[in-house]
Amino acid sequence: MTVVPEKQVVRPYGDTTGDGMVQVSFTLPLPHDKRAEGAAIQLAGKMGIDPAMLVHARPMGDGFTFFVVYGRVNHLVDTAAVRVVERDFPLLSAKEVNAVVKRQLRRKLSVVGACIGTDAHTVGIDAILNVKGIAGEKGLEYYRELRVSNLGAQVSVPDLVAAARAERADAVLVSQVVTQRDAHLHNTREMSAAFREAWPAGKRPLLIVGGPRFDEAMTAELGVDRIFGRGTTPAEVASYLVHALITSRKAATV
Amino acid sequence: MTGKLDLDPVLVARARELAARAGASVVELARGHTTVSVERAVLRLAGVQGADPDGIPWVNRLVDAVVAEVGLGHGVAAPVFDALAREQLADVTLLAQKAAAGSVRFEAPAGRAATAARRAARRAVAAGVRRIDRRRAERERLVRRFGDPPQRPWIYLIVATGDIHEDIPQAQAAARAGADAIAVIRSTGQSLLDYVPEGATREGFAGTYATQENFRLMRAALDESSRELGRYVRLTNYASGLCMPEMAALAGLERLDMMLNDSMYGILFRDINPIRTFVDQRFSRQVHARAGIIINTGEDNYLTTADAVDEAHTVTVSQLLNEYFAHEAGLADWQLGLGHAFEVNPDVPESLRLELAHALLARELFPDAPLKWMPPTKHMTGDVFRGNLLDGFFNLVGALTGQGILLVGMMTEAVVTPWLSDRDIALQNVRYVLGAAGGLHEDFVPAPGGFIQQRAHLVLRSAVELLERIGEQSLLTAIGEGTFGIMKRPADRGRGLDGVARHEGDYYNPAVEILEGAGS
Repeated sequence: MTVVPEKQVVRPYGDTTGDGMVQVSFTLPLPHDKRAEGAAIQLAGKMGIDPAMLVHARPMGDGFTFFVVYGRVNHLVDTAAVRVVERDFPLLSAKEVNAVVKRQLRRKLSVVGACIGTDAHTVGIDAILNVKGIAGEKGLEYYRELRVSNLGAQVSVPDLVAAARAERADAVLVSQVVTQRDAHLHNTREMSAAFREAWPAGKRPLLIVGGPRFDEAMTAELGVDRIFGRGTTPAEVASYLVHALITSRKAATV
Repeated sequence: MTGKLDLDPVLVARARELAARAGASVVELARGHTTVSVERAVLRLAGVQGADPDGIPWVNRLVDAVVAEVGLGHGVAAPVFDALAREQLADVTLLAQKAAAGSVRFEAPAGRAATAARRAARRAVAAGVRRIDRRRAERERLVRRFGDPPQRPWIYLIVATGDIHEDIPQAQAAARAGADAIAVIRSTGQSLLDYVPEGATREGFAGTYATQENFRLMRAALDESSRELGRYVRLTNYASGLCMPEMAALAGLERLDMMLNDSMYGILFRDINPIRTFVDQRFSRQVHARAGIIINTGEDNYLTTADAVDEAHTVTVSQLLNEYFAHEAGLADWQLGLGHAFEVNPDVPESLRLELAHALLARELFPDAPLKWMPPTKHMTGDVFRGNLLDGFFNLVGALTGQGILLVGMMTEAVVTPWLSDRDIALQNVRYVLGAAGGLHEDFVPAPGGFIQQRAHLVLRSAVELLERIGEQSLLTAIGEGTFGIMKRPADRGRGLDGVARHEGDYYNPAVEILEGAGS
């Protein structure tokens, strides 16, 4: 965005410019009494809400109280100082991913996934690939235009290479959870080396690894195209696939 | 309650007949196959307990040992009890330990040895089934003493901390706050484990492992709550995934009250092999029938992937299939918590009337089933204020259409796992709606020939058409071709296929024999 916002410094807006009004709700582990209400006001004060109006307090179970507080917050927001970390590819919905693949690739995009080595923790690869997905978000199997082959746990590197060839994989997803003696790093290097050997340069499938202990900046060192860390969602992976395999390549050749 | 939609009884009968026709070949298939998990469940009923030092249950070690020597197709009961007699051991768990050390030889016994082995196996399994019977009688006694919830629908709440010792106080707090049924969500990925973990567990991913010990601990805690509250608080878990039959057996042994148990969920959403699923499912339902457990089916899941208006009829088809499979396995109507959900996009015009039509259709097609009514998830956006309103409408439709089990919707769906305050606000919402409009179903009669009736008729007609298409091929082909949801699941693919075997001529399973009431 190059448009300079009209006002650089803003306050929250209740019903009048500059009134700074906010509403918050929270629970304190205290039984409901005068003291608990005082504690809620104190917390609001420390959050910068002054004066704070305690508009609702409700006891819940044994020893908990829920509060709703309205009040004027004395902080200012400087929009010029806002720093946003940008993803280097746009996040697409399943529908948009399907549309791009269908329109621009004109065939199903083939994805092969596995846990390699002795790692039997398929939680990660299943969260990304299973229709069930994770946290209410569907996995890649749900995407109509993706053809997903999930090889499961303890897949050997030669088997993975063979499956990638048989499925004409556009992308290979590998999940590594176990990190004992850096097993995740060794396994990943072995895998990327095998793919480098098996395909001519520039022809091999996109290699993606994921797991909670990877450093996302180690792609070059591990010989893969992308690393995804903890908390990655299927939509992020799908969006990246579309970006790396379709949209950015098109842009480069046009 | 029936007759508000003026459904055509001929069409309803036709729908059931088609569902039976589609399901019959699958039942045939299930009757001719067994799985490692069915056999492990048999051994659990026969009294095999515990796990090796690596945490692998002895039932797994024993089944693996038998399979390695004689294969799965004879069933493990006869080879195991034959070996027990030859080794002159009194305890099957001990045999499992010796077998794991490689010091036991197994064979499929013939002649007199076979008769003796079968008799011994049947005696051991019958003792397990009697334990399940006693737990059922105990439930009935406790329900008489403490009473059922005063209202319908029953209020169903979820806990999921990953730590059974955290789950317990949360479940008890939820019961005190009004929950009639508590479900302990399982750890992510447990459905794909081909063994049941052992012991009390304190670490799970977004849920708590289902183990026999966790079942026992939670049931004991809720018995305490039932006494305190003067109503019987029910406990729910999951008979799904690769260990479905064992979960059912453990649930029966530990007096769980409801189990999620869908005929096709594992196939569609977990890519578990279709044959494995149908075989496991039939056995697990036979156990549930015996244990007096209410099953909850998973039709709500279709609507999280497919559109709730366009695909409404697939829910009806799945309910009819689940009903057929359930009846075939011996479950009574009161045990059928058939699932459906409030998932129509709220931006669609007349979305509430569509929901009413769908919910009432389920109610009238299955008048004696409790029905499990699931809250909105797909259109919960993180706008918690709108979410709370949507949950209110969900509760209202539940009250208006006489749903049996209401899973409490959380306004923070898709935001966080529910906080204490989220649960409290959600329960206030339920109580307000049931208090204000709990009897409104008496006055709510859709206009003859109006929008709601027409919509329900259309969904039923589409369901019959889909069942006709399935009937022309077979259910397995239909699943293979992606008729349900959007997943294609061929019968020769998917997880757990290597744990399936066709029955040999001398296949023997004392549990099935007892549960089907054959012999004596």
